Amino acid sequence: MLGKLTWQAIPWHEPPAMAASAFIILGILGILILITRKGWWGYLWNEWLTSVDHKRIGVMYVLLALVLLVRGFSDAIMMRTQLAMAAGNAPGYLPPEHYDQIFTAHGTIMIFFMAMPFVIGLMNFVVPLQLGVRDVAFPVLNSVSFWLTAAGALLVNVSLVVGEFARTGWLAYPPLSELAFSPGVGVDYYLWALQISGLGTLLAGINMVTTILKLRAPGMTYMRMPVFVWTALCSSMMIVAAFPILTATFGMLLLDRYAGMHFFTTDGGGNFMMYVNLIWAWGHPEVYILALPGFGIFSEVIATFSGKQLFGYRSMVLATLAICVLSNMVWLHHFFTMGAGADVNAVFGIMSMIIAIPTGVKLFNWLFTMFRGRIRFEVPVLWTIGFMVTFVLGGLTGVLLAVPPADFQLHNSLFLVAHFHNVIIGAVLFGLMAGYYYWFPKAFGFTLHRGLGVVSFWCWFIGFYLAFFPLYAVGLLGATRRMQHYADLSWQPYMIVAEVGAVVIMCGIIATILQLVISIRTRESRRDLTGDPWEGRTLEWATASPPPAYNFARLPTVESLDAFWVMKQRHTGNTSNVYPAIEMPRNSANGFLTAFFAVVIGFSLVWHIWWLVVLGLAGAAVILVSFGWRERVPVEVSGEQLAADEAAWRGAGVPG
Amino acid sequence: MLLAAAGWAGLCHAEGVLDPQGPIAAAERTLLLNATAIMLVVVIPVMVLTVAFAWWYRASNTRATYAPDWSHSGRIEFVVWSIPAMVVILLAAVAWGSAHLLDPARALSSDQKPVRIEVVSLDWKWLFIYPDLGIATLNQITVPEGTPIEFMLTSTNVMNAFWVPQLGSMIYTMPGMTTHLNLLATNAGDFAGFSSNFSGDGFSDMRFTVHSLPAAGFHSWLEVARGEAALDGEAYSRLAQSGTDVSLRTYGQVTPGLFDRIERDSIGLSAQTMGH
Repeated sequence: MLGKLTWQAIPWHEPPAMAASAFIILGILGILILITRKGWWGYLWNEWLTSVDHKRIGVMYVLLALVLLVRGFSDAIMMRTQLAMAAGNAPGYLPPEHYDQIFTAHGTIMIFFMAMPFVIGLMNFVVPLQLGVRDVAFPVLNSVSFWLTAAGALLVNVSLVVGEFARTGWLAYPPLSELAFSPGVGVDYYLWALQISGLGTLLAGINMVTTILKLRAPGMTYMRMPVFVWTALCSSMMIVAAFPILTATFGMLLLDRYAGMHFFTTDGGGNFMMYVNLIWAWGHPEVYILALPGFGIFSEVIATFSGKQLFGYRSMVLATLAICVLSNMVWLHHFFTMGAGADVNAVFGIMSMIIAIPTGVKLFNWLFTMFRGRIRFEVPVLWTIGFMVTFVLGGLTGVLLAVPPADFQLHNSLFLVAHFHNVIIGAVLFGLMAGYYYWFPKAFGFTLHRGLGVVSFWCWFIGFYLAFFPLYAVGLLGATRRMQHYADLSWQPYMIVAEVGAVVIMCGIIATILQLVISIRTRESRRDLTGDPWEGRTLEWATASPPPAYNFARLPTVESLDAFWVMKQRHTGNTSNVYPAIEMPRNSANGFLTAFFAVVIGFSLVWHIWWLVVLGLAGAAVILVSFGWRERVPVEVSGEQLAADEAAWRGAGVPG
Repeated sequence: MLLAAAGWAGLCHAEGVLDPQGPIAAAERTLLLNATAIMLVVVIPVMVLTVAFAWWYRASNTRATYAPDWSHSGRIEFVVWSIPAMVVILLAAVAWGSAHLLDPARALSSDQKPVRIEVVSLDWKWLFIYPDLGIATLNQITVPEGTPIEFMLTSTNVMNAFWVPQLGSMIYTMPGMTTHLNLLATNAGDFAGFSSNFSGDGFSDMRFTVHSLPAAGFHSWLEVARGEAALDGEAYSRLAQSGTDVSLRTYGQVTPGLFDRIERDSIGLSAQTMGH
C-alpha cells in the first residue's frame, strides 16, 4: 500500500535528526497556528500564494532563499564542527552515514535552493521595473515556476524527517549514485526534488528571456537596457540552454535506478564518464547563471552610489555576452584528473582562462566607475567593495586551477573547496546581499536599519576569510574534500580557525535576521515616500515604493541609458494627468496547486507508492486542463483610479 | 595578519604540495608559485586601487574631482582589455607547455628501469600489485628511491582518486578503465597518500603510505615480502568484500593477470572472458 515507506523511515533512533525534524515540524505548526489565530489566511491566499504579480513572486523567491540559507548554513557549521573535532583518532560527533548526507544536502541546498531562488527572485522583482513594463511575459507561468522551486525545496527537507538524503556529494556522480551502491531513497529524493525545481527554473528562464526580448518600455532599445537586465538576459539564456541537459541527465540516472537501464552503471555497457561530462555541461554554465546577475547588481550599485554613469557600458555588455558564450565551452576543467590527453586538457584549460579576460574587464570598469565619483558608503556599497577585493583572489585561484598540472595537485582538495566558496560567496552571495539591501526599500517602502547592515557585512567579510583561507592552506597540505576525519594532527589548528570563521558568519546571519525584525517593527519611522531613496538612475526608482501592482501608471518613454537619471536632470517624466485604463492579469491558484501535486508525485515516486503517483498525475492534469477553461477576464484599473494613485504617492513624496 | 603569518609558516614546513619529494611534485610547485606570482602582478594593484579609489572618492572628500558624466575613455578601455589578455596569453603558454610536459601518462626519462605498480581501489582499501615482481601490498607502497614508478590504475566499483601530494599529480581510478600515472621519489622517506574522490562511507580511511627506500633497502624488503602468504583467489575475494580495512599487508605471490581480471569483472565482462 505504501510502497517502501514504513515506520523505519522515521529516524527514531537518531537524536540529531529527530531534533531537527521536531524543530522544523514545530516551527511550521507554530506559523500555521499564528496565521489561523490572526485570521491571515484570506490575505495570504489572495495577496501572496495566488499572486501573479512579478514583485510578490520575487519577494517569495527571496524569502524562500533566506530560509534555506539558514538550513544550508546549519549543515555547514555542523560539518566545520565535525572537522574541528575529528583529528587523529578522534571520530568526531557525526558518523560517516550522517556526515555524507550533510555535505550533500549543504551543496544541493545552497546552489539549487538558496542561490538560484535568490537570483531568480531578484531578477523577477527588478527586471520588469527596470524595463519600465507592468509584468513579465507569462505571469501565471511565473507563479508556477516559483511554486515548483518551493516544491523541490520542500521535498529536500522532507527527506530529513522521512527517510534519508543522498550520500553522494552534491552532483551525485555514478557509479556511487546507482542503485548498486546507493540502494536507499536518498538519491531518489535528490533526483526528484531537483527534477521538479529544475522544471521551475527552466520555465522561469524562458519567461525572463521572453520578457526582456519582447516587453520593453517605449524607447528602451537593447543598448539602453540597464546592465542588470543584460546580465539577467544572459543568465536566463544560459538557463534555457543548460537546464534541459540537467533534466535529461537526471532522467537517465532515474531510468537506471527505476527501470534497470544502463546509461551510467558499471555493467551492461553503461558509461558513468558520460554523466560526469553531461552534469558539468550544465554545471559550469550554472556557475555563471548565478554569477552574472551578481555582476549586474554590482554594476547598478557602484554607479548609483558613485553618483556617476557606469564606466564602459558597451564593454560591460560585450564582456557579459562573452562570458555567456564561453562558459558553455569549459566544462572539462572540472575533471582534468580523469585521464584525458594533454591536448584536451590544455585546450579546456586555456578556454577557462579566457573567461578571466571579460571578467577582469568588468572589475576594471567598476574601478573606473568609482574613479571621479562621489561614493556614499551605504550598505550595498560595502558588499560591492568587499566583493571586488575578495573576488580577485578567487579569480586568481580559479585561473590557477585552470592550469591542468596545477589542478592535478589541487583538484578535490580543500583548496578547491576554498576556491569555489571564494567565488560563490565572494561574487554570488555578496552580490545577492548587495541587491537585497539595494532593492529592499523599493519592495517595501521603508529602509533597513543601517547599523545592523554594517555589522552583518563585516561579520560575513571577516568570517569568510577566517573560514576559507585556512582551507586553502590545509588543502595544500593534502586535506581532501568530503573527508569525515583525518589522521594528521597538524591540520587541526586550520580546521579550528575555519570553525571560528563559520561562527563569525553565523553572527552575520543573525545580524541580518535581527535587522529585518527591528526594521519591520520601526517601519513607520523608516518610510521612504519618494520612491527614490538612493538617488537612483534606472526606471525602478521612477515609481512608488512599494510599486503599485501595475508598476507604472503610464509606461515611461526612454530616451537614453540611465533613463530615470536623465529624466530627473531634464525634469521630463510625468506631465499629463490623464491616464488610459489598463488591464492586469487575474490571480491564479494554478502555481500553488501544481506544486502541491508535484510534491505528491515526487514523494510517492521516491517511496514507490504507485497508486499515489497516478493520483498525483491525474490531479496535475486536471489543473492543466482547467487552466485552459479559466476565466479570461482581466482586472481593469480605470484611468481615474490611476490618476488618484499617482496623485497620492507623488503628493506624499514631494511635500509642498 | 598574525594568524596568516603563522599559517604560512606552518605551510612551508609541513608535508604537502609545497614540500615536494619528487620531480613531478617539484615542477608542479614551481608552476603553482610562478602562475600565482604572474597573477599577483595584476591582482595586488587592483586590490590596492579598489581600496584607494573607494577612500579618495568618498562623498565627504571635497578635494576629489567629481565627473558625473565621465563614463568612457577609449584609452582606458584598451588598457583594461589588454592587461587581462596579456596575463592570459602568458599563462596559456604556460598551461599548454606544462600540460604536455607533466601529462600523467608521460613516461619519466631515467637510466633506471621503472618499477611497474598496478593500483586497485576497493571499498574501502587500496591494493597495489607489482606485476614484474609477483608480489602485492595492501594500503602501503614500497618503492626504490630515484626510480621511475609507472602506475596503472583501476577500481573495482566506484570512482576514487589516487593522490600522493609530495610526489605529485592525482588521477582518478575508474572501473573498467585503466588510467596511467608516472611518478618518482627522489630520496628515501615516507609519504602520505589519500583517496581524493569521495567513494562512500569508508572514504576517509582510504589512506596509504609510500615508503621510498634506498636500493639496498628495497631489495631486502623484497626478500622479506616474497616470504609472505600469497594473494590467491580466496584471499582476494575476502578483500573484495565491501568494508573499511586499514590493515597493512604484504602478499608474497599474486595470481598473474589479476589486475586485468579485476578490470573486466568490475564492468561485468567476466563471463565473456572466462574462456580465454
